[in-house]
Amino acid sequence: MSAPIDPGEAPLLSVERLTRFYGERLGCRDVSFDLYPGEVLAVVGESGSGKTTLLNCLAARMKLSSGAVRYRMRDGEMRDLAALGEAERRFLMRTDWGFVHQNPADGLRMNVSAGANVGERLMAIGERNYGEIRGSAHDWLSRVEVPTDRIDDSPRAFSGGMRQRLQIARNLVTAPRLVFMDEPTGGLDVSVQARLLDLIRALVAELRMAALVVTHDLAVARLLSHRIMVMKEGRVVEEGLTDRVLDDPQRPYTQLLVSSILQV
Amino acid sequence: MQPRLAVSGLSKSFTMHLRGGIHIPVLSEASFEVYPGECVALGGPSGAGKSSILKMVYGNYAADAGSIVIARKEGGPVDIAIADPRMVLSIRRSDLGYVSQFLRVVPRVAARDLVAEPLVERGAGREEALDKADALLHRLNLPERLWHLPPATFSGGEQQRVNIARGFIAGHPLLLLDEPTASLDAANRDVVISLIAEGKAAGTSFLGIFHDAPTRGRVAEREVDVTAFSPKAAA
Repeated sequence: MSAPIDPGEAPLLSVERLTRFYGERLGCRDVSFDLYPGEVLAVVGESGSGKTTLLNCLAARMKLSSGAVRYRMRDGEMRDLAALGEAERRFLMRTDWGFVHQNPADGLRMNVSAGANVGERLMAIGERNYGEIRGSAHDWLSRVEVPTDRIDDSPRAFSGGMRQRLQIARNLVTAPRLVFMDEPTGGLDVSVQARLLDLIRALVAELRMAALVVTHDLAVARLLSHRIMVMKEGRVVEEGLTDRVLDDPQRPYTQLLVSSILQV
Repeated sequence: MQPRLAVSGLSKSFTMHLRGGIHIPVLSEASFEVYPGECVALGGPSGAGKSSILKMVYGNYAADAGSIVIARKEGGPVDIAIADPRMVLSIRRSDLGYVSQFLRVVPRVAARDLVAEPLVERGAGREEALDKADALLHRLNLPERLWHLPPATFSGGEQQRVNIARGFIAGHPLLLLDEPTASLDAANRDVVISLIAEGKAAGTSFLGIFHDAPTRGRVAEREVDVTAFSPKAAA
């Protein structure tokens, strides 16, 4: 599963004591980690554990109460995301980052065609040649196993699994360096899930993207991630190599999570 | 000669937080070495901690104390017991392989792709890796009609052979074997024994668990008695 990882490399994303309160209520607290190119980090925990708050803070969709998130720009410079201007931040989101939502309707434009959903991201980074844009859209639809004769159909006519694959194509077409995924297989049938996981796994390795995957599903974390962070009540309670955390969990809460997996 | 693997003062216990925090010591102060070109068997009854040692060496279990130093082909030696996750993954790619008793099945991935994967991760071309995967599966007598299928529905012995091929393909300098012949017939057991012999001749180090005494006698130069590291003996 592992994409090539060079232990000497500098981090792509560096998070230091990230804290977010909602008024008096804690969202997440003192979360620190580095994420490297080609690395997939899974954030696991139950609803309310703070994992979605963390994701939204990292992806600059929400302001931090304290702490810092630094990102290595394409020129190699580490920049504090809070210090970026609005235009710079939007440029990052359009070019360097992807965000795969649990509900594809949140990440797709439902009133334009499948091909336009993919092509739009290319136009946003300056691609203008219609033939090339359509060619890329065609190519990406087949990579995510959406029948290419559906290129002019609206995503409204797609199944849930097909919509999610289209959302992935839309996000990956610009070759982002970092992709955030929020429960990417949640709400799908298990057979569709397996196919999607296999696809994500192959694409992440092939494109050497870094990815941060939020999931409550430990099987998804095991299949996709190199490292795991377990969150509870807004804090990280355990982290480490994915198979180590799942096979030899140390903290009481991690042991509870692992022992609660249903066996089939 | 430098050992390829040097285990020193290695201890392991489990704390079951869901069972009132019961503490189960498994190993105390385990120390041994494995040199290039030799096969060392871990001996002792079930529950003595043999599998725990293999899993700690692979970085799959956390060690309570002690060191697990692996000499790398490139770069200096690394202590797996304290290495960060990225270093452990890097060593698994370049230096350290593991044939577990059971195949952890990845949905939808065909047997020959699963086998080829470790070689691709080491930088080999896809075609070359698939050719080598086919050769190994052929040698292990896995019927060719199964090569393109995901192993989820294979029998125990068929999955075991996929697992063995996946472990041997990349030619890692240190290979951990957890009962590699447990569910194999005599003919396939002989194939595994000759794969180990060829590996040793090429300088590969093996650390393994072999419950079958004749197999152990044919592959292992030495046996490390794990009961010597039982926590009671140490107390």
